[in-house]
Amino acid sequence: MSIQPEERLAATLARLILDPAAPPARHIAVGAASPIPAAACWLLRKQGHPVRLSLLHKRSGNPFTEGSRELFDLTGQGRIDLFFLGGGQIDGQANINLVGTGEWPGTGVRFPGSFGSAFMYFMTPRTILFREEHSPRVLVQRVDNVSAPGVSPPGVFRRGTAQALVTGRCVFRFHPDRARFALESVHPGESVQSIRAATGFDFDVADAVPETPDPTDAELALLRGPVCDEMLETYPEFCARVFGRKQAA
Amino acid sequence: MFLQDADALAATVPDGALLALPPDNSLPSVALARALVRRGAKRLRLLGVPVSGFATDLLIGAGCVAEVETSAVSLGEAGFAPRFTAALKAGAITVRDATCPAIHTMLQAAEKGVPFMPLRGIIGSDILANRPDWQVIQNPFSETEDRIVLLPAKSPDVAAIHGVMADDEGNVWVGRRRELATLAHASRRVLVTVERRVPGSMLEDERLAPGCISATYIEAIAVAERGAHPVALLDEYGFDAAHVTEYARLAKTEAGFREYLDRFVFAPRAQAAE
Repeated sequence: MSIQPEERLAATLARLILDPAAPPARHIAVGAASPIPAAACWLLRKQGHPVRLSLLHKRSGNPFTEGSRELFDLTGQGRIDLFFLGGGQIDGQANINLVGTGEWPGTGVRFPGSFGSAFMYFMTPRTILFREEHSPRVLVQRVDNVSAPGVSPPGVFRRGTAQALVTGRCVFRFHPDRARFALESVHPGESVQSIRAATGFDFDVADAVPETPDPTDAELALLRGPVCDEMLETYPEFCARVFGRKQAA
Repeated sequence: MFLQDADALAATVPDGALLALPPDNSLPSVALARALVRRGAKRLRLLGVPVSGFATDLLIGAGCVAEVETSAVSLGEAGFAPRFTAALKAGAITVRDATCPAIHTMLQAAEKGVPFMPLRGIIGSDILANRPDWQVIQNPFSETEDRIVLLPAKSPDVAAIHGVMADDEGNVWVGRRRELATLAHASRRVLVTVERRVPGSMLEDERLAPGCISATYIEAIAVAERGAHPVALLDEYGFDAAHVTEYARLAKTEAGFREYLDRFVFAPRAQAAE
């Protein structure tokens, strides 16, 4: 079975989570529409890393007993170490737009809305931005509307910001000191030139940009076996499409 | 107080009310939303606690809504909310965007009876730039620069919740969805539909009491079986993805939406099923 793009992305996210240069990830929260980040977190668990996972919107295994407010209270205290955010638009300063294009409140294309992003992005020590679609309409020079800013001025309390932006084409590392992305690796079939062509914002490039590594055989075996087992209930369509597994009737 | 059905509850909701609805995973009374459509409610101002789903899209499509305050509107796996999007584009509704913890915090302030509460984050978001009712101050306890957002207390006129069961004394069990208790405490009136009525008082059972909203806060209750359908109700029944996908397909057009209403909201059999 060939390596699926989703499997590569899950393994890539898992390696970013374990990055020893980043703040520790003891408790990770994963939102509803995030099967690939969820797969990355389950991969870590199945590799034996003692990470606590809070999978929002999953009925069984839901750790919260105080309703949906508890996630934000935990995050406010600094008890959630890592969160994933996406965006209808993401720009070169790591601003994210979940509201819509055009004039406020999204008179062009309206997206669902900002959810908790205007809080989580500030209060989580690190965020991994994840968006499979990598195109000039998503990765823009400047977002039309800011749901949550990538950097904040002094005098605004902020625990962290984006560690990286992972897309279907590449991995960007974010540098908050200069509020810019740097290209960290390109997925197979991509080049610096193809990434430039597909990206609306300017970014830094080192002399040599490596290819994003393949998942190892051990990672693939975990993803297709025990990780898929954990995800079947919440993401049946994803498991069928990526892992070729159907839920038992 | 027990009323006959969801339509009797809907008759008590005045046009123009600020109506709070939990999202699809947290016990909204879809039965009451359907009854409000049947009653022809007008100019409702909806509050998503903290986001909005199926019931909000239904009420907007039926022309019951003037304004929506929420952190997001979506049909979950069935995608964007079509009638919300169409109404926003047409300028038929005012949309006041928020962020989830801000809505919780505004309700918590109302619950405590204080005029405002602070919340971290938000500064630098265009949400704040579009919320003249939110303020930024210097943290009065900090000697260094530390700006923080203040949010006003918010008391919905009516909260519409679908609980699992109500007892003879009018206590309602919602399980671990404790943000509904905050919503109930913060709201002027709470109207509840439930799957079933049980005898006695659940507050006398230590295992049930922590999952209850006390009758103190609840104005009226009606039994409405499958009153959360097509969204999920805890471990009672799951999200009806086929139904919501069909809704999303029909609601792409005004004519399709009307067909949906005729089949599932106005049809006598649909009423009987509630």
